[in-house]
Amino acid sequence: MADEVYEDDGLVFHPMDQFIVTPLFGGDEVHWYTITNVTLWLALGVAGIAAMMVLGTRGRATVPSKSQSIAELAYTFIYKMVEDVAGKDALKFFPYIMTLFLFIVFANFLGLVPMAFTTTSHIAVTAVLALGVFLTVTIVGFVKNGASFLGLFWVSSAPLPLRPVLAVIEVISYFVRPVSHSIRLAGNMMAGHAVIKVFAGFAAITAVAPISVLAVTAMYGLEVLVSFIQAYVFTILTCVYLKDALHPHH
Amino acid sequence: MEGDIATMGQFIGAGLAAIGSGAAAIGVGNVAGNFLAGALRNPSAAGDQTATLFIGIAFAEALGIFAFLVALLLMFAV
Repeated sequence: MADEVYEDDGLVFHPMDQFIVTPLFGGDEVHWYTITNVTLWLALGVAGIAAMMVLGTRGRATVPSKSQSIAELAYTFIYKMVEDVAGKDALKFFPYIMTLFLFIVFANFLGLVPMAFTTTSHIAVTAVLALGVFLTVTIVGFVKNGASFLGLFWVSSAPLPLRPVLAVIEVISYFVRPVSHSIRLAGNMMAGHAVIKVFAGFAAITAVAPISVLAVTAMYGLEVLVSFIQAYVFTILTCVYLKDALHPHH
Repeated sequence: MEGDIATMGQFIGAGLAAIGSGAAAIGVGNVAGNFLAGALRNPSAAGDQTATLFIGIAFAEALGIFAFLVALLLMFAV
């Protein structure tokens, strides 16, 4: 696929080239232990979170410093979200949801740094996150409610003849959750970055170069917004699913 | 201009799948527009509903993402 594009002399690079996983220290083969650019940017994201949360709050000042304010803002933001959306008894899962949010938000924003690799644009990364949420929610639902968790699929507020049909729909929608959950994040990140690269490609044509630069700037601004909103949406959907697991009755 | 009919079908299919993105745009605009209309009528109740807004947008957008995924699969995976 890539060779065909390189043969043309119009577009010098392929918009999807930025998502290729390459080993950092020579060689072409990627094993599970190979250190690749994905590994590097995942590690940078984790280091960024650690720096913000551990070093930022080290002072523990009553009047917070700038970095401590950011950490406290993130903490209260997610705490309130879990409390409002999933209910008070979901606060046990606050550390997990906070971790998810910070990880995604850092991965998204680090991906916006020029020449960086967007780890969340790979379905392999987001699918692990979404599967983790799916398994957690299912296990928590069965542990908390036992077999009555299956009442989630039996809509007791609907008329009786409709309930079997609704049950089938509910079961399908339950199992599509991890798919849409992961593809939404990966698709948004990948699409945005690919669009920026396509507009950057047009900058090679002198006539449209100014428009192309403006478009890249505008898309970049939009991507900053999308990066945050997608992390927010991922977390809030986790809260919604968790609420379903803790209170399965409609 | 050269290529076989399968490649042509692939590209046409990817283009058709992109229509789904437009449909998702209508859906997301509908959600956000109706939220704004409601929020301007009763601004004091709007703050609590922003979470619902984003959930609604996410669900409307998911199907557009599926269409985009179909287009990507046709372009790069088939």
